[in-house]
Amino acid sequence: MSIRVVRPGLLTTVQDLGRHGLQHLGLCPGGAMDPVSLALANALVGNPPGAAALEITVIGPELLFEHDTLVALCGAEFQGAIPHNRPLLARAGERLSVGRAERGARAYLAVAGGLAIEPVLGSCSTYLPGHFGGLHGRALRHGDALPLVEDVSAERFAALKRRNGASVRWSAPPLTVPDREPIVVHAIEGQHFGLFDTAMQRLFFDTVWKVAPESNRMGFRLAGPALARISGEEILSGPTALGSVQVPANGVPIALMADHQTTGGYPRIAEIVSADVPRVAQMAPGATLHFALCSLDMARELRLDAKQRLDAALRSIAWEFGH
Amino acid sequence: MARLPKPLGVVPLGDLAAYVEFSRTLDLEINSVAQRLAAAIVARAVPGIRDVVPALGGVALHFDPGFDGDAVKTAAELVELCMKKGLPDADDLGREVEVPVCYDAEFALDMGEISQRLKMGSEEIIKRHVAGEYRVLMVGFSPGHPYIGGLDPKLAVPRRATPRAMVPAGSVAVANQQTVVYPYAISGGWNIIGRTPLVCFDASRGSPSLFAPGDRVRFYAIDRREFEMRKENP
Repeated sequence: MSIRVVRPGLLTTVQDLGRHGLQHLGLCPGGAMDPVSLALANALVGNPPGAAALEITVIGPELLFEHDTLVALCGAEFQGAIPHNRPLLARAGERLSVGRAERGARAYLAVAGGLAIEPVLGSCSTYLPGHFGGLHGRALRHGDALPLVEDVSAERFAALKRRNGASVRWSAPPLTVPDREPIVVHAIEGQHFGLFDTAMQRLFFDTVWKVAPESNRMGFRLAGPALARISGEEILSGPTALGSVQVPANGVPIALMADHQTTGGYPRIAEIVSADVPRVAQMAPGATLHFALCSLDMARELRLDAKQRLDAALRSIAWEFGH
Repeated sequence: MARLPKPLGVVPLGDLAAYVEFSRTLDLEINSVAQRLAAAIVARAVPGIRDVVPALGGVALHFDPGFDGDAVKTAAELVELCMKKGLPDADDLGREVEVPVCYDAEFALDMGEISQRLKMGSEEIIKRHVAGEYRVLMVGFSPGHPYIGGLDPKLAVPRRATPRAMVPAGSVAVANQQTVVYPYAISGGWNIIGRTPLVCFDASRGSPSLFAPGDRVRFYAIDRREFEMRKENP
């Protein structure tokens, strides 16, 4: 059982929740840029939230289904006829074409039962710089066959039909897709905030930053005014985290994303709160954001809040499957 | 035994990670304490902590997204507890890693330059480099990329003014008082003195990284023929 890749799209990779416990060996966790949308897509086909799915970036793929397959697409809104945020039965022989992203940058296509991908170091996630994980350690190509785990689509579709009749009339809430720009991104002061003078600190929070074209799964470069430090002395290379905003010598801030380096020697001016990282991941090049200063306590509240909203959405979807 | 140093502080790395900082400059003693502390934390297998990362001057803890507490507070309490109970011995941590290096001119792209700078012949540089007893201070930046301490002070040279756009994978390079081995072909500014045929990081190996923090390292010279024979393919 498999899905054929007719057209791969701009960058379509297999992702799950990433590989953990290896940062001391220099390996970043990686995984889905927007794990919230991954969890929703999986729930909509009856999978556990962290099952491996396709991460679709800006321009979507065209897929040919060889068997009746229950799928769901969540995250960014893409052009094309595929309904978002609800389960969908792709019929044998049917082609699904995902167009260009209209709102947001990344969507997740989950398949009932999951993709049959051999985990590498505990995860199915594709790590492009290391050429491992996912399908042969690379993005999808024309002609690829994505193997599926098991034929559970019919059974899960039947469960949905018992509760919903002929068609599903509800949809999962889009939790991470940005609405009005500039997007407000909460950030706490980074370890090296004090290496920038008050004017530069203010500039960081007053500027409307634009996601630069040279942004990828490793990090987003933010176009705007150059941020200069008080003095140029080298700082000891130290650990980084998902959402760290570092400022290299050229003054262009970089927000570290899923495939980020594990350590770095550039000053970290801010740290994006965990609740907002999936929202940042939904920003395509050209999208604008501004940073709002936030306390560590508030960051924790935002995290618990986001978790509660996701859990509630996952529960109501599970209910539709009769769980 | 010497008294353990106290952390300078615990810095939030966002709301799901915290960096327990001991030093802002490189200090081999403190680096060793950071590695021993990391080992003590790992041994406790604290639920909710999924990465313990010893760095040059401290230890970073990364928490699970489901963690509902305060990362900084939890890290500070955990560190205090571990330090009070005593840390494992440095000698019990890490492995012995022997690294063959071909120092031939073809691979030692910056040998001429540092030879001039140090006013020391390449043979003397190689002799001093293989004589050193080294320890991995940190693995970071990219998978399997070691920062190795213990370089002969007589070999200390600054980084190149202009980084190379592409350093070949396996390159062994020095700067200041450290040696690095480039796991992948990337840009870099360290002074290249040779190349190892070994692969630093291979996800398909049981132990993917050749180097881990705390490993004791020895370099030894091999000729070009042996380099070709021992060349590993990732």
